[in-house]
Amino acid sequence: MRYLRSFGRFWWNFIVGDDWRVAAGIAFALGVTSLFTHGGIDAWWLLPLAVALVLAGSLWRATHRSA
Amino acid sequence: MRRPALGAHDNLDVSTSTVLLILGAFLASAVEMVEALTIVLGVGVVRGWRSTLIGVGAATIVLAALIAALGPALRLLPIVTLRLVVGALLLAFGLQWLRKAILRTSGYKALHDEDEAFRKERDQAATAAQEQRMGLDWYSFTVAFKGVLLEGLEVVFIVITFGSAQGRLGLAAAGAGAAVVLVVVAGVLARGPLERVPENTIKFAVGLLLTSFGCFWAAEGVGVHWPGDELSLLGVIGFLGALSFALVRALRRQRLAGLPVGAQA
Repeated sequence: MRYLRSFGRFWWNFIVGDDWRVAAGIAFALGVTSLFTHGGIDAWWLLPLAVALVLAGSLWRATHRSA
Repeated sequence: MRRPALGAHDNLDVSTSTVLLILGAFLASAVEMVEALTIVLGVGVVRGWRSTLIGVGAATIVLAALIAALGPALRLLPIVTLRLVVGALLLAFGLQWLRKAILRTSGYKALHDEDEAFRKERDQAATAAQEQRMGLDWYSFTVAFKGVLLEGLEVVFIVITFGSAQGRLGLAAAGAGAAVVLVVVAGVLARGPLERVPENTIKFAVGLLLTSFGCFWAAEGVGVHWPGDELSLLGVIGFLGALSFALVRALRRQRLAGLPVGAQA
């Protein structure tokens, strides 16, 4: 059990890293993009925009954490 | 997924993405191998080379086996599913690299110092207990094995995702392999850690490439048609590059203004 937990933690840190909100934001943006494209709107601009917002938000949190 | 027959325009697209693919794998491998080299050198110069190099060899075999097993397995997935999964993973993974590189460049996070890491590794190797297992100095073997394996896992991840999503696993592996050879030769010639390698600049570039490729493929995976097809990848790189530099400038100004004091990532 302990081995499984460390294995899971390793992959979580490897893929998700310090800020889980980044991965959650990307997953959310992908879901919304999928809804748009299946609704007939080619929302190619949405994901780059979401990446910009998620990155800026994560950096803001990182630099204001101990303020 | 739109994939028209190859014409002059598509040849240009293919060479652009192929060059970026090889460059990404090469740079990622180079920067990780510089860190692995520091660990290996720190152990090898203090405790001898036999067990250390056996540890390096064993880790290299494991990493090569991972690429050989997982790469072709991923290609069994339909291309749309593959690009969604790989794109999303690359995006999450690449954003970590980019975020850290921005924090380092703007002064919020300390730069990696290979010389200091080497000294620390050497001091630990000098004080560690002697333990022989299977005819090997177990400390040298395990530290070299773990060091190369952990640094190499990121390279394997990038090679497999980059290579399989673009159907060019061999090229991605060749790019990464060339970097390993270059770093090893440079390390042998320098007889010390490669502290002059601009690690943060390289990590910045790799983070930008991983994030851009991830954004491009993940969007394709959910059905987006990029204007200009693969040429728009350059647009994504340009957009995210400009954004990253703007964020670095903004964070530098914020740090110099003294707000917030002592913030750490």
